[in-house]
Amino acid sequence: MDVKTGYVAGRLAFRGVLCRISGISTAAHCHAVKKHSCETVFKFSQRSLYQTSTPGQHRWFCHNSTPGQHRWFCHTATPSQHRWFCHTSTPGPHVCIVGSGPAGFYTAQHILKNHKTARVDIYEKLPVPFGLVRFGVAPDHPEVKNVINTFTNTASNERCSFLGNVTVGRDVTVAELRQAYDAVIMSYGADADKEFGIPGEDLSGVYSARAFVGWYNGLPQDKHLAPMLDTDTAVVLGQGNVALDVARILLTPLSILKITDITDHAAAALETSQVKTVYIVGRRGPLQTAFTIKELREMTKLPDCRPLLDPADFAGLEDKVKSLQRPRKRLTELLIKTAQTGGATAQEAQRLAQATKEWGLKFLRSPLEILSSEDGSRVSGIRLGVNQLEGSDSSARAVPTGETEVLSCGLVLRSIGYKSEPIDDTVPFDSQKGVIPNEAGRVTGCKGLYCSGWVRRGPTGVILTTMTDGFETGKAVVDDLTTGILQPVGGVRGQEWIQPLLQKKGIQAVTFEDWNKIDSEEMMRGEKVGKPREKILDVKEMLQVAQS
Amino acid sequence: MAASVLFPASARLLSGLRHFSRVSRAATTSLCRPQNHSLSTTARHFSQPTPRTEKAKVTVNYVMRDGSTVPVRTKVGENLLDIAIENDLDIDGFGACEGTLACSTCHLIFEQPIYDQLEEPTDEELDMLDLAFGLTDTSRLGCQVCVTKALDGLTVKVPEGVADARDV
Ligand SMILES: Cc1cc2nc3c(=O)[nH]c(=O)nc-3n(C[C@H](O)[C@H](O)[C@H](O)COP(=O)(O)OP(=O)(O)OC[C@H]3O[C@@H](n4cnc5c(N)ncnc54)[C@H](O)[C@@H]3O)c2cc1C
Ligand SMILES: NC(=O)c1ccc[n+]([C@@H]2O[C@H](COP(=O)([O-])OP(=O)(O)OC[C@H]3O[C@@H](n4cnc5c(N)ncnc54)[C@H](OP(=O)(O)O)[C@@H]3O)[C@@H](O)[C@H]2O)c1
Ligand code: FES
Repeated sequence: MDVKTGYVAGRLAFRGVLCRISGISTAAHCHAVKKHSCETVFKFSQRSLYQTSTPGQHRWFCHNSTPGQHRWFCHTATPSQHRWFCHTSTPGPHVCIVGSGPAGFYTAQHILKNHKTARVDIYEKLPVPFGLVRFGVAPDHPEVKNVINTFTNTASNERCSFLGNVTVGRDVTVAELRQAYDAVIMSYGADADKEFGIPGEDLSGVYSARAFVGWYNGLPQDKHLAPMLDTDTAVVLGQGNVALDVARILLTPLSILKITDITDHAAAALETSQVKTVYIVGRRGPLQTAFTIKELREMTKLPDCRPLLDPADFAGLEDKVKSLQRPRKRLTELLIKTAQTGGATAQEAQRLAQATKEWGLKFLRSPLEILSSEDGSRVSGIRLGVNQLEGSDSSARAVPTGETEVLSCGLVLRSIGYKSEPIDDTVPFDSQKGVIPNEAGRVTGCKGLYCSGWVRRGPTGVILTTMTDGFETGKAVVDDLTTGILQPVGGVRGQEWIQPLLQKKGIQAVTFEDWNKIDSEEMMRGEKVGKPREKILDVKEMLQVAQS
Repeated sequence: MAASVLFPASARLLSGLRHFSRVSRAATTSLCRPQNHSLSTTARHFSQPTPRTEKAKVTVNYVMRDGSTVPVRTKVGENLLDIAIENDLDIDGFGACEGTLACSTCHLIFEQPIYDQLEEPTDEELDMLDLAFGLTDTSRLGCQVCVTKALDGLTVKVPEGVADARDV
């Protein structure tokens, strides 16, 4: 038996000080565990003992009750894979975070930095961490994913643990977490999407941008989406950054996409895609778009692609531009310039003229009905209501004029925002706003319960916004611990309390070290095909790699 | 590939490699090219790695969020993000995208006379800067500004918040 493996592959390991159990011959101890029934060992050593029920993969966690000196042993039954761990833990408040996206990680970072003894356990429903940084951020934006390095640093703090593959609300309840932890933070993001509620929304060929993004980014639940790309015209409804992301992915040359971490199935489907024109449709005007300038500029530079903007949409804006605030001003100037020039230089003009694909913005249009092809097999177009604006600037409202028009298309992506859902009925939820009601991150009326990220403030904001938000919630937790509003309870707490519950249900929590194995495997698979990584799409397979 | 698309592609390739192969920051981020100008603001995306021959040291003063001033000695040619990181300046959330023009957390505020000496920022830097919280007329992104000898004694202010203009 290789004792070293025990150290390296440590389940529960990075959470505390790891040391070899002295005085025990590892092989002999292994025998002892194998020979004795659980009860015998329990009595013999006066330790509590847990056993998981996954056949062929028994693991024992043994923990002695001397306070402040918890020891853990873990043993897998596969002969070559015996592992022992010893873990001493110093007492300190136990904090639980639900969700391992930017909100979860930035909240954890703040707490670990500003409270010197708090232990932070991050629960995640998927076996892999980072939320939308992995499953949302576009594959052709790898630089955005550099934040993963900061998150990895946080996870390697000895007071921080990652427990992947645990769905809170199903595998463990919020009530159980609140019993086991001194503070519980909801940062589970926004997993659903807003809908229009118009006829035809469920036709074949109509997808939510969320599912489409999940499909090209390897979200296990969306791997079978197989969007219908056998059409020349696609319409994206909504004018936010997600809308530009999906439009760009539809139009970007495959030579660029295939060297990103885009899923293999998406690359293959996009290779045979017939989509040539993408319209991005908004209910309000050019001064109310939700996308930002960096993403718009990227669209103007897409190879083999020309913008289709109607100068009439921007008529009269030149004067108005001067009085706008800098970000909106620069964005509007870029829109006007893009609409007016067929390319600033002769070379650019030639590039645009030769382009085989195009994208356009349509303003002041709300979908009223999604139309079906005659045989009912798929979408054939959208009936749009024409709007006019009431009020001006960012708060202007779209009001229907009564006029309608039809836009033909064979693919519709609805991109009008994500939506959070209640996690369980013990946690207050404002279904109107789609957020957990809170004051500075403290959930209203629930001492010890906090929230951060998209589930706290709604599904808008970039990683930076989420970071600020996470820090604020982290500060609320640290303040409450310091001022004594939260009184940490002693005894067996935190993960040590929850793990046995999970064991009983046969749930194998994935540690950060397990994730590192998945990460290496993905990068290795990617290297073979000239990509930074090839994501594993199947939860079962992720778990297999994690346990290898 | 058209010249206009070289920027995103090459920048991404660089940052992709950086992220996925976990190359150390120090080895990959200091691509600022020492120049003869009083201040170089060469965006790393457009510059080629140049062997640094300049050994001169200068002082940069960072005015932190709590109002304290931290002076650091640094080599000419380094950018203001790397300098902060290498000197362990404790600025929460600073440099989230690691200098790849994708976050605006490295936002710094300059004194007007110094700001006026800086080379014009690129459109890409301005695009990101537009999203910075507390944007001022003398704001720049630290990862895009490299120090030169002429800048010895320069003072830069870390803005108070790091919220994002996309939500205001
Ligand atoms: C398509 C898309 C692209 C984006 N691109 C960018 C970009 O380029 N740059 C940028 O700055 N921002 C971008 N953003 C915004 C950024 O992703 C968000 O600001 C940020 O991810 C929100 O963080 P969060 O932690 O609140 O939510 P999430 O990132 O969604 O994290 C929530 C986590 O909780 C987990 N979870 C959910 N339910 C449970 C449960 N019951 N139990 C346990 N865990 C659970 C989820 O699996 C997930 O991992 C993008 C957003 C989207 C949608
Ligand atoms: N590269 C990046 O930085 C990046 C990439 C992707 C996402 N993100 C961020 O992630 C967040 C979420 O992005 P998002 O695009 O999902 O949301 P978003 O920015 O809120 O945009 C939503 C869009 O949908 C429209 N919309 C909403 N409800 C509608 C309705 N009932 N009918 C018609 N149109 C409707 C909105 O128009 P109205 O304004 O009229 O409501 C808006 O144009 C944003 O903060 C975004 O910046 C960033
Ligand atoms: S560090 Fe992200 S833009 Fe400078």
